[in-house]
Amino acid sequence: MADAAETIADIAVIGAGPAGASAAIEAAEIGLSVILFDEQARAGGQVWRARGPAIRSAPSSPESRDGDVLRQRLDASAATRLFRHRVWQIQPETPGWTIFSAGPEGPVSHRVKSVILATGAQERVFPVPGWTLPGVIGLAAATALMKGEMMLPGRRVLVAGAGPLLPYVAHEIHRHGGEVVAIADLNLFGDWLRCLPAMARRPDLALRGAGWLAALRKAGIPYLYGMGVRHISGKCQVEHVEIGPVDAAWSPVDDGDIRRFDVDAVVLGHGLSPAIEATRMLDCRHVYDPAAGGWRVETDAAGRTTIDGIYACGDGAGILGVAAAPLRGRIAARAAAGDLGKTCATGDLQRDLATAGGFGRAMTSLTVPRAGILGQISPDTIVCRCEGLTRADVEAGISGGGVSPNALKSETRCGMGPCGGRFCRETAAMLTAAMTGSDIAEIGLPTGRPPLRPLPVVAVTGDFDYDELPIPAPSPL
Amino acid sequence: MMAGLRITQNVERSGEVTFSFDGRAVTGHEGESIAAALAAAGIIELRTAPVDKGGRGMFCAMGVCQECIVLVDGQRTEACRCPVRAGLIVDRVTYG
Repeated sequence: MADAAETIADIAVIGAGPAGASAAIEAAEIGLSVILFDEQARAGGQVWRARGPAIRSAPSSPESRDGDVLRQRLDASAATRLFRHRVWQIQPETPGWTIFSAGPEGPVSHRVKSVILATGAQERVFPVPGWTLPGVIGLAAATALMKGEMMLPGRRVLVAGAGPLLPYVAHEIHRHGGEVVAIADLNLFGDWLRCLPAMARRPDLALRGAGWLAALRKAGIPYLYGMGVRHISGKCQVEHVEIGPVDAAWSPVDDGDIRRFDVDAVVLGHGLSPAIEATRMLDCRHVYDPAAGGWRVETDAAGRTTIDGIYACGDGAGILGVAAAPLRGRIAARAAAGDLGKTCATGDLQRDLATAGGFGRAMTSLTVPRAGILGQISPDTIVCRCEGLTRADVEAGISGGGVSPNALKSETRCGMGPCGGRFCRETAAMLTAAMTGSDIAEIGLPTGRPPLRPLPVVAVTGDFDYDELPIPAPSPL
Repeated sequence: MMAGLRITQNVERSGEVTFSFDGRAVTGHEGESIAAALAAAGIIELRTAPVDKGGRGMFCAMGVCQECIVLVDGQRTEACRCPVRAGLIVDRVTYG
C-alpha cells in the first residue's frame, strides 16, 4: 500500500501552469516549504506547454518564451518539484492534508499544512453529428499538439466553435504550413466588437489578435462569423464537414447557406471551463458562473475556498486567462502564507489583476454557451462519448426522472465512463434545464470522488510483499 | 508524397525509433507521444468504442478524455501522454 506520509511541507501546489508555478515560486520566496505537483514532465501547463522530449530545437514563440522564463524562475526556486506526478487524492488530516500521487517511482504521499489548487481549465466541446470520428479534436488539443509535439492536427483543417482560440489556432496551423479551409465562428463580428473596451486595456494582447486576423485575411482564409458545424462525416475518420448559419442564440438557421469542405481534421471547441474535480472531491462550495466558464469553486478575492487550508487560483478558480493566472497564483500564495502566520501584502497585485482579469473576462464572454447550441445536436448524436449515449438516450433518461446529474447516472450511465463526465456534463445539464424549465444552477453537480483521474490499481498500491500485509486478528465469535 | 503532420521548418527532432501498433511496425521520433507518432504515420483511429462501436482517436490531447486509450505492456495508457521508445509494443484495447 501507499506509504504513510513521508514529508511534511507547509504548502502543496497542485498544477505547474502559470498560476501554480507562480504560486510555488512566491510561497518559496516568502520562506515556506513548498511541494509542486504536475502530471506533465515540465512546468508551463497547457498555455505555456513545454516542448516534448522529441523536439531538440525549434523556433521560439511568445508562449514558449513566457514558458521558458517561468521554468527558469522555477528552477531557481527552493520549491520541491514533482513532475510526472498525477495527484489522485487529497485527504483531510488533523491538522492538514495528505496528497496522494502516482509518480514515476510509484505511489507516494506527502503531508502538508495547506493546499493551493491550480488545476487549470478543461476544454468545452459541444456535440455535433460526427464529433466522435477520429480526426475531430479540441481547439486546446490542437494547441497542445502544436506546442508540445510540433505537429499539425491535420493537413486540411476546418477550425470551428467559439472564443479567442479560434483565430489563434487557425493562425498557428496556417503559420506552420497547414491548410485552413475556413474558420466557422458562432459569434458575430459585433460580439467581438463588444469586447473592444476591455481589450483596449491590454493593447499588447489585442494587437496580437489583430495580427492573427490580418495574416489569415492576407492568406485568403475565410473567417466566417455566425456559422456553426452542422455535420462531420467520413468512413473511418473525418473526410467532410458541413457548416451553416446560426442565429443570435447559436441555433442553426435554415436559410440554405450550407458550405461543405473536404478535410482531414476538424478542430472544434467552445471555450474553457474550470477543472473542478479536486474542489468537488473536497466538497468546497461551488457557484454557477457562466461568465467565468461555468461551475467554479467559490473563493474570496485572495483564493480562499470555503474550506480552511484549501486555496484555488488560475483558470481552475474561474476562467480569466493567462495574463491573470500568475497574479492569481501569487495572491493565493500570499494568502496561504498569511494564514500560516507569515505577513505579506497583496495590494499591488490586486491592481494588476483587475486589468489582466478584465481582458480575460471579455474573452470568456465570447464562449458563454447560448441555449440555441442544443439545436446542433440531432437526436442520434452521441452526447456521452464514453458510454455511447445519444441525445435521445439522455433525454429519455431525463424524462424517466434523471433530472439531477446523479439521478441521470442511475438512469442512463451518462457521465460514468472513463472521462468522468467531463465532456458530457454541461450538455446533459443544458438538456435537463431545457426539458424541466429549470436553471443550470439548480441542476447542480454530480458528487465528486477520488481518484481524480483513472489510475491502474498498481499506481495506487505500488509493489508490495504479500506476506508483509498487516492482517487484523480475527474478531471473536 | 503528401506533406506530413510534423512541422519541419527549423525544427530539430530526436532520432527515429521503431515501435509497434497492433502488430504493425511504426516509425516515430523518440519521446513523441504515441498518439502524435501514430497520427504522423497516418493512424488516427486507435480504438473501437465498446458501446456504440464507433472508431475513436485522440480528442483532448491532454490526458482528460480517455478517448486515445491504448494498451502498452498490457496496461491501459493514454496515447497522448505516453512517450514512444524503441521496441515499445502498443496494442488496441479490446472490450468484453
